[in-house]
Amino acid sequence: MTDPESKEGAALTRRDLLRGAAVAGGAALVGIPAVARSQAQALAPVVPPLVPQVLPPIPADATKLLGTPTSPVGTRSRFVTASRAPTGEVTGTSFTPLQDLTGTITPSDLHFERHHAGIPLLDPARHTLTVHGMVDRPMAFTVDELRRFPQVTRVHFVECSGNGRGAYRDPKPELTPQKIAGMTSNSEWTGVRLADIMKEVGAQASAQWFLAEGGDACLLARSIPMPKAFDDALVVWAQNGEPLRPEQGYPMRLLLPGYEGNANVKWLRRLEVGMRPWMTRWETAKYTDPLPGGIARQFSFEMDAKSVITSPCAPRTITKGWNPISGLAWSGRGRITKVEVSTDNGKSWREAELQGPSLPKAHVRFAYMWEWKGSEQVLLSRATDETGYVQPTRAKLIEVRGKGTDYHFNPIYGWRIATDGAITFHGES
Amino acid sequence: MRAIQSCSLRVRVLPAALLVLAACGGKPGGDTPARYGIGRAATTQEIAAIDIDVGPDGAGLPAGKGSVSDGAAIYATKCAQCHGQKGEGMPPAYPAMVGRDSAGEKFGFAKDAKIAKTIGNYWSNATTVFDYIRRAMPHTAPGSLTNDEVYALTAHLLSANGLLPATATLDSASLMQVKMPAAGHFVPDNRRGGGTIR
Repeated sequence: MTDPESKEGAALTRRDLLRGAAVAGGAALVGIPAVARSQAQALAPVVPPLVPQVLPPIPADATKLLGTPTSPVGTRSRFVTASRAPTGEVTGTSFTPLQDLTGTITPSDLHFERHHAGIPLLDPARHTLTVHGMVDRPMAFTVDELRRFPQVTRVHFVECSGNGRGAYRDPKPELTPQKIAGMTSNSEWTGVRLADIMKEVGAQASAQWFLAEGGDACLLARSIPMPKAFDDALVVWAQNGEPLRPEQGYPMRLLLPGYEGNANVKWLRRLEVGMRPWMTRWETAKYTDPLPGGIARQFSFEMDAKSVITSPCAPRTITKGWNPISGLAWSGRGRITKVEVSTDNGKSWREAELQGPSLPKAHVRFAYMWEWKGSEQVLLSRATDETGYVQPTRAKLIEVRGKGTDYHFNPIYGWRIATDGAITFHGES
Repeated sequence: MRAIQSCSLRVRVLPAALLVLAACGGKPGGDTPARYGIGRAATTQEIAAIDIDVGPDGAGLPAGKGSVSDGAAIYATKCAQCHGQKGEGMPPAYPAMVGRDSAGEKFGFAKDAKIAKTIGNYWSNATTVFDYIRRAMPHTAPGSLTNDEVYALTAHLLSANGLLPATATLDSASLMQVKMPAAGHFVPDNRRGGGTIR
């Protein structure tokens, strides 16, 4: 294409949005790199908050006072404070508060975020997925049209391959589960098999790769090997029973079970079928893994098996007596078959219970009942997946990947318990 | 004996199973046609309007050209605010784009995360520079550059990394002639799960 503006395809261009934002926000927006206001901010109408600003007092006896009426959309209890930890940037990240969650499903509004040019505001009536390239019939699909294909609902984690970088390179005592592993989240996704779309357009048998491109302000694009399209790849529009959250790709995203988060392209607008990878910025300059010997690993999609204890954990304290050691484990290569827990810094290991079914490429919760008697201890967990892969120590990973490697951090993590019950991160396994 | 039993069982059960299937109208979940006939044909024009990718073989590079000096002027007005006057960046949000220090030249990134990964020492394909600028830049006004401007900015950044003479002009043919120092350092994923940690 020659006209960069034509990709907008609609009356409202990005320039209009920025202009609108500049008018609305005034001088505060002029500064760069404070970065342009996002599309949502630019268009958001000023509406009064749904929740009253002044909360009613907490009654001494709730049984003596009529409760509040029904409402169109529920909200969390005012006593629940679980929240993501956003960096607050357009190119930013927000981490899931793993230590505040139970079970395996991440509430949709606490699913971690990672985007490279903000969250786009896409109208599902206008947004289409165009599939072209080495296909017999180039086609475009709206979300409503995709919903007419056979629907599939599956539970899978999505994990950013940068998850845990800080804990790997520079472990610090104050780190929490949210900070060491909060860029993984687990949802029930509903969509259509990418294989059905590929059959519908007549993808050619000789094709080797496809390009997946998002409709965000950086047109994020990744090359994916064609066999994944016919294995378990999905195009999804729903998460945990409701349409995708905007920050998770509304109205549709690619879902590549077990693959690093970045490849699960959000706000999906285009699939091009071809013969070789495109070498986009996100598969060359980023999301490649430097290794010893002057090389870097490329197209390292699968997430290695990993586990993290989410309770007990920093910055909390532990009470003497019986406590469950509980956490999450997952593998991009299939099911978790075993999680072991050590309460003596790795000298001995005991098998934890896997709670509920261990689904392939999904979080599973593990638990091990333990009596803390008041001495200093280091708690560790290590996962094994169905390929026989055992989560390695940090020392082993540094040996084979180097301390400066950039993605895929899955070392055994731990928590140090002091004699007074205070808990700190132990990252030196 | 067991074989005979199961055989006779099958004889008795099979017609009943067929009857049930027929009564229900086919296999569970419904039939699977070769095509569902859902969606609409995408026109050549609408594909052309969004088919902006550039491949490592130069496929998709548009007509147009831009010089290093033109690129330097555009860079100063549209890029330097975030990326620094000389492409030194403002890490971590805006990483350095320019630099070929000796440590980086040896591709020692696995040893030391502090070595900046620049276009000159880590980007494997010159086409990626063009593709990414056209997709995403400038950050505050993506999609606002002409193809000539993208060629000029690509030329400027390659030149700043010592990969193009300061007098050069870049077009689709000359872009493909640029030799990237990082090319050849990338290897496919050899992790396979199982007992080996790679």
